Amino acid sequence: MNKIRETNNTPGAMRKREMSRPWILAGACLLMQVAAVSGQAVDNPYEQETSPTRITRIDKLVQAELELAGIEKALPCSDDVLVRRAFLDVTGTLPPQEAYWKYMRAKPAVRRVALIDGLLETEAYVGYWALKWSDLLRIKAEFPINLWPNGVQAYYHWIRASIAKNKRYDQFARELLTSSGSNFRVPPVNFYRAIEGQEPEAIAAAVSLNLMGVRWNSWSEQQQADLAHIFSRVAYKGSAEWKEEIVHLDPEQYSPMELTFPDGSKGRIKAGEDPRVAFADWLIRPGNPWFAKSMVNRIWFWLMGRGLIHEPDDIRDGNPCVNPALLSYLEREFVQSGYDMKHMFRLILGSQTYQQSAIPRSDHPDAGKLFAHYIVRRLDAEVLFDAFRVLGGQGELYQSPAPEPFTFFPEYKRTVDLSDGSITSQFLEKFGRPGRDTGTELERDNSFSVDQSMYLLNSSEVQTRIQNSFRLKQIIRSAKRDNDKAIEAVYRMILTRPPTRQEVTIALAYPGIRNGQPSAYEDLVWALINTKEFLYRH
Amino acid sequence: MQLKTSRIELSRRDFIRMSAIGTLGMQFGKSAFSQPLTGLKTGHAKSVIEIWMWGGPSHVDTFDPKPEAGREIIGPYTDVIETSVAGIRINSNLSKLARHADKYSIIRSLTHGIRAHETATYMLQTGREPGGGEVYPCVGAVVSKFKGDTYKGVLPPYIVLTRSHGRFSEEGFLGAAYKPFSTGGDPSSNPFIVEGIIAKGITDQRQVQRRKLMGQLDSLGQHIQENPEFLAMEACEEEAYGLILGEAREIFNLKSEPEQLRQAYGMNHFGQSCLQARRLVEEGIPYITINYNGWDTHKTHFTTMNQKMPEFDSAVATLLEDLEQRGLLDSTIVWCSGEFGRTPRILWNEPWNGGRGHFADCFSGFVAGGGFVGGQVIGETNATAEEVVDRPVYPQDLIGSIYQQVGIDPDGTILNGEGKDVPLTLPSEGKGRLTEIMKA
Repeated sequence: MNKIRETNNTPGAMRKREMSRPWILAGACLLMQVAAVSGQAVDNPYEQETSPTRITRIDKLVQAELELAGIEKALPCSDDVLVRRAFLDVTGTLPPQEAYWKYMRAKPAVRRVALIDGLLETEAYVGYWALKWSDLLRIKAEFPINLWPNGVQAYYHWIRASIAKNKRYDQFARELLTSSGSNFRVPPVNFYRAIEGQEPEAIAAAVSLNLMGVRWNSWSEQQQADLAHIFSRVAYKGSAEWKEEIVHLDPEQYSPMELTFPDGSKGRIKAGEDPRVAFADWLIRPGNPWFAKSMVNRIWFWLMGRGLIHEPDDIRDGNPCVNPALLSYLEREFVQSGYDMKHMFRLILGSQTYQQSAIPRSDHPDAGKLFAHYIVRRLDAEVLFDAFRVLGGQGELYQSPAPEPFTFFPEYKRTVDLSDGSITSQFLEKFGRPGRDTGTELERDNSFSVDQSMYLLNSSEVQTRIQNSFRLKQIIRSAKRDNDKAIEAVYRMILTRPPTRQEVTIALAYPGIRNGQPSAYEDLVWALINTKEFLYRH
Repeated sequence: MQLKTSRIELSRRDFIRMSAIGTLGMQFGKSAFSQPLTGLKTGHAKSVIEIWMWGGPSHVDTFDPKPEAGREIIGPYTDVIETSVAGIRINSNLSKLARHADKYSIIRSLTHGIRAHETATYMLQTGREPGGGEVYPCVGAVVSKFKGDTYKGVLPPYIVLTRSHGRFSEEGFLGAAYKPFSTGGDPSSNPFIVEGIIAKGITDQRQVQRRKLMGQLDSLGQHIQENPEFLAMEACEEEAYGLILGEAREIFNLKSEPEQLRQAYGMNHFGQSCLQARRLVEEGIPYITINYNGWDTHKTHFTTMNQKMPEFDSAVATLLEDLEQRGLLDSTIVWCSGEFGRTPRILWNEPWNGGRGHFADCFSGFVAGGGFVGGQVIGETNATAEEVVDRPVYPQDLIGSIYQQVGIDPDGTILNGEGKDVPLTLPSEGKGRLTEIMKA
């Protein structure tokens, strides 16, 4: 049974919570005093009562499952939350102040759509999704993938260009599957090189994972053998140029070939034909049980934090979809739109389901799984690093084991735009950047560790970044001793929203703030950087 | 029974089960302990200190001198020094280590053939060839995993002074929980800033005060209760503050050591790292790596070696002596190696100007303490130190020997990333583990 929780803002809930975290008891007392004085509950900057967004087909399909389970869904998120969330989810970047104000000045009825449409046309969108694809396709110069720097650059820029022009996904997949030639001159052939091992089974496993969302061990032995057989004619050879590699069909194996596809259907190629083309023809067509489905499920996972089939790259009989009607709707939309990735983004981002608050109104165990609220996730390593740059200041020092000319990174570039998995830093390792070894979504580890807490709470890197923040210095200077104004500016800089009245009161009560002491403001910045609101997508 | 193939996981589960039964006042646990089912046997060593000479130190200029080999091999190093053990000679820049030759055994026949830093490091750290779809954990991660059940200190079980090897040679498929903790900072500076534990110029009062502020301003956290992600994060914060405000800091307070001893170790990054490592051993930390940079001497090799060897010599000799005087050497393995050696033939021409390249056909290392006998030399290279002529020692032989002496069965298995049992070490082409210097 679903029990609706009392709103989290009541003094009762506050007390309960403080008791579980005794060290903030004092804070709670202060908060309650404030609440008592003003006669209000704790302010909630995260939600609003009604949504300016129309109900979409997605919302109806989600709602149907929620009603069946008796789960109440969350309230719509506020505009402050939506702007931050959409920027992070679509571009991996915090919203710049100008973008925030442009949104706030626009007509409420249309600005959410305009925001999403606009974000999908940015260079930042291209970079963030190139990062995602580079993880999945294992783009990495060195061990264990060994694409080598020039191969990495060719492949990475091909992916970027594909995303920038919103290349049809069926076309993108076909190019990956069927290309032949030099790794420098025909970039998608690197698909066959960014695999550990060159044997047919390894290739088939990568194809299955990347383009079908199926892990190798989920196939029967017969299916594995049939799938590997399709790739048994892929061959590799070097050239006189350093690290050039040609992916081609083995000329020794020229004969006609019988093929069996994973669904049991048969194919046949004539002498000299490419079995990969026959496979692509089988895979990339409406009605294929894996192709469109696995992609829309991934997009849903990327934006909503959880797959309809979850994990999204573990499609198999024993792993049911939580909302089959929704998945097949998305699949139809994808095919009918001409495998248009941006169309799917718009569809999901433009739904009330996406635009819900992250604060659950139901403690039903399936609330998250059935999408009764937005799912909070810690920022990706690269995104978090870039987020620190709201303070202004230094980029990261990168290193790579491969001797490559691409480790130098100009200051203005985002970490999100790193091309090569071999170019790395201690920060990125600490915060769970994927090793690009396997191409599974799970490789990116956004869970918290003690190590990360120590870094965020007490490292010299974070402390120096705050102390040297020229933006903070500007804020203090231009506020001219108006501490309310300075606090608001700090909030806007870090959390992209104004502070609530209670938050201002708390900040003003912090020793040194009323005197405009820089170290007190540094602590305020430090505290906000360590809030869940900063560290998580919400 | 699955006992043999998955003994490690069994041991963890059983350990928990036995402890649980123990608290109920039953004697079950005791009898089970006396017949360990586990991969962790009682070994000689409680801790391991790894001195990692990143870049690959020249073997011919350190522990495998060839005074008769001529200028093209030895350059200016015509002097060798007799050690406290008759018949063992090392480079004369290592005069202090020469006095302690009874404490360590030199391996002159390490070999693996890989001349690239990263992959060679991987070989020596994991005992595996790179490739094959798995990223294996390094020796430190494996030791800390096995010892983690019994180690109960406040600090993480695997600590690196001060920068990690990088992801090629860290936790591998064991996952983030076995990632080493890198201190950062410089132990010879005052204070030793340990990333995340000791910050410069932030008083405890300020730590407490701003932590309170953070809690008060955690508005989203106050609105979303009982989210498992958030609860996990709060648990991490609690643990971090246990270190930030707790007794752990004292462990890194090198000022509490006698000035004379600090000087003997050497008031430099490496020297004080060795001293810090001894303090970590006293805390029971199972595995400590000292990542000692600067041995990749392609150019002006001899100038660098003249500077670095005395620093290395003082620190390591003092470490061995200090450990012994405190009665810790018998329970502490100290091992030392780079990822490879350097070309015995000197590159006199431009641009190297007397440099040495990467060389992995043979190179030297040493092991001391923790159940290894000292005063021995294992293996032999030819007259020009270019090939092994006797008793090749492969990385897995060395790693397997270390496992055995800390009480881990090197022939046991470990669960890989896909939940399959894989052998901890593979057999080598050589004579295998260093049984000739291992106490039973």
